[in-house]
Amino acid sequence: MITTRDIQQKTIADLFEQYPFLPGFFEENTLEVDGQINEKLDDFLNILDDEEEKENRAMDKSQVMESMAEYITQMLAFLGEDEDEGVNSITLLPGTNKSGEKEQFDELTINKSEIVCIVGPTGSGKSRLLADIEWVAQNDTPTSRTILVNGEKGDKKWRVTSGHKLVAQLSQNMNFVMDLSVYEFIELHAQSRLVEDVEGVINKIFEQANNLAGEKFSLDTPITSLSGGQSRALMIADTAILSKSPIILIDEIENAGIDRKKALELLVGEEKIVLMATHDPILALMGDRRIVIKNGGIHKVIDTSGDEQNLLSELERMDNVIQNMRTRLRHGEIIRQEDIGF
Amino acid sequence: MNLVTVSGPPSSGKTAVILKTIDSFQKRGLEVGVVKFDCLYTDDDILYEKAGVKVKKGLSGSLCPDHYFVSNIEEVTQWGIKEGLDILITESAGLCNRCSPYVKSVTAVCVIDNLSGINTPKKIGPMLKSADIVIITKGDIVSQAEREVFASRVNTVNPGASIMHVNGLTGQGAYELSTLLYDEKIEVKTLVGEKLRFSMPSALCSYCLGETRIGESYQMGNVRKIDMEDKKGKK
Ligand SMILES: Nc1nc2c(ncn2[C@@H]2O[C@H](COP(=O)(O)OP(=O)(O)OP(=O)(O)O)[C@@H](O)[C@H]2O)c(=O)[nH]1
Ligand SMILES: Nc1ncnc2c1ncn2[C@@H]1O[C@H](COP(=O)(O)OP(=O)(O)OP(=O)(O)O)[C@@H](O)[C@H]1O
Ligand SMILES: [Mg+2]
Ligand SMILES: [Mg+2]
Ligand SMILES: [Zn+2]
Ligand SMILES: [Zn+2]
Repeated sequence: MITTRDIQQKTIADLFEQYPFLPGFFEENTLEVDGQINEKLDDFLNILDDEEEKENRAMDKSQVMESMAEYITQMLAFLGEDEDEGVNSITLLPGTNKSGEKEQFDELTINKSEIVCIVGPTGSGKSRLLADIEWVAQNDTPTSRTILVNGEKGDKKWRVTSGHKLVAQLSQNMNFVMDLSVYEFIELHAQSRLVEDVEGVINKIFEQANNLAGEKFSLDTPITSLSGGQSRALMIADTAILSKSPIILIDEIENAGIDRKKALELLVGEEKIVLMATHDPILALMGDRRIVIKNGGIHKVIDTSGDEQNLLSELERMDNVIQNMRTRLRHGEIIRQEDIGF
Repeated sequence: MNLVTVSGPPSSGKTAVILKTIDSFQKRGLEVGVVKFDCLYTDDDILYEKAGVKVKKGLSGSLCPDHYFVSNIEEVTQWGIKEGLDILITESAGLCNRCSPYVKSVTAVCVIDNLSGINTPKKIGPMLKSADIVIITKGDIVSQAEREVFASRVNTVNPGASIMHVNGLTGQGAYELSTLLYDEKIEVKTLVGEKLRFSMPSALCSYCLGETRIGESYQMGNVRKIDMEDKKGKK
């Protein structure tokens, strides 16, 4: 742990060299260094003790110094995590349904690179299950479930620290709101994650996103002018490659302008645990298993059978037929019996 | 009684988050009350009333709402105790980015939304920087990347805070938040003698006192002038 004593006597130049992420802290806290780079931190921050500066900036020296020490501590921890500290599995231990009865399973472990679907009527408790996972429930939510990470009692750090979210989310109504190009957008995300090879990551995400999107886009396209499918493709590629969260929650993926199968393959290929709430039979059968929720509790866990997998290709063919018809309609063509093809 | 101060920019989702959190408190059988502080107008009291909690509202009118808050918080606390509340939540619209209503011993929550732009954390003063818990709302309508970037900016200006994402519409995260806000061991009896986390400026100029005319000869008291010179030596 870094304390204020470790940093106050060092010069800003030394601190910047030792902690390359520190300029971001100065920037966000509107501390302009300019010509004072060789001053000791302690001296530099003296400006904050001046009554007028203190009133103007609404910061005081000791608070800024403590905050900086805490920030450095967190960032070092964040950077220092190696792969074996990663999340390989999560395990659900049963709680109770809305009537207080024990859930219908003994223990459910989901490993990385697995896709598990969650199905059940509205209000049955799908979102609650996802929320339990996100909160690493420890018998302290309305369901009394317990979630283990790598087979052990989850660390509470997952709950409230910004760099350590267990779960990343992708849902239907998400949009881009920033006014940036595709390139700038990925760059910004990469920088906030302290990625070293920013250029390489941008190219990788860009390629993958275009591989998922029906229509291609370029690096200088403004993100707000991407089509629905393109936006979704970029979000999925970005989340797969840049998000540190080991679990991805997906709330449906609409079937327009994006190759959903490839999207799931990409997530799984990046060793994510994928949980997907869906009503779409094609997506549901793409999962390795599905959890059926009833009355707030896990009612059944069903493995996707070989028969179901065979059905999947049939379903996909039907889906293609409909997609094709949609395209033909758009182009003013007439639809005939043979277009249906079966 | 527990006391919680919730503050945040206008329309960031304070009421939505508080209402969802109240839901969880009520399910646990806790008696909740809310006091809404605002400047000119608010409808929030009606929403709280509908949720079945005791409500008071205070409009600061011509004063900075945060100054008004500190001048009234003790009376409000006594009201809550008299009403037999388990938890009293105050909501104030952070209209003044310079001030903040946080008291040292009272749990301070700042609500800020993903749509406000990634430079917002930099612009908000003590209201964000000295909060114990920062709630980020409206994550349902932006991308995962934008959420992550926004949260990391918030973390940079307030590394000590617990940062949580709550959806004000669906209530996702509100149950979890409620567990951080209530502690049955805490018993607030009075705030007399307690201190603010950060002093509030006493900007008092002739316009505060009702002056309407423009021009230097009408300006008195705490007058500050914009720097019109081109800065030299700096880019
Ligand atoms: N999509 C979305 N909308 C939200 C969310 N939280 C709040 N809102 C909406 O944002 C608007 C403002 O929310 P309020 O809760 O009234 O905000 P407030 O901070 O209490 O506003 P004032 O008290 O007027 O300062 C409302 O229309 C809410 O429904 C959220 O998480 N997602
Ligand atoms: N096991 C449980 N015990 C008690 N309450 C529960 C349980 N499971 C779910 N609930 C509560 O039931 C309500 C509905 O659950 P939830 O929102 O998760 O449903 P959903 O399946 O996501 O619905 P939708 O399809 O509409 O999104 C919530 O208030 C949730 O907290
Ligand atoms: Mg739901
Ligand atoms: Mg409100
Ligand atoms: Zn003020
Ligand atoms: Zn004035």
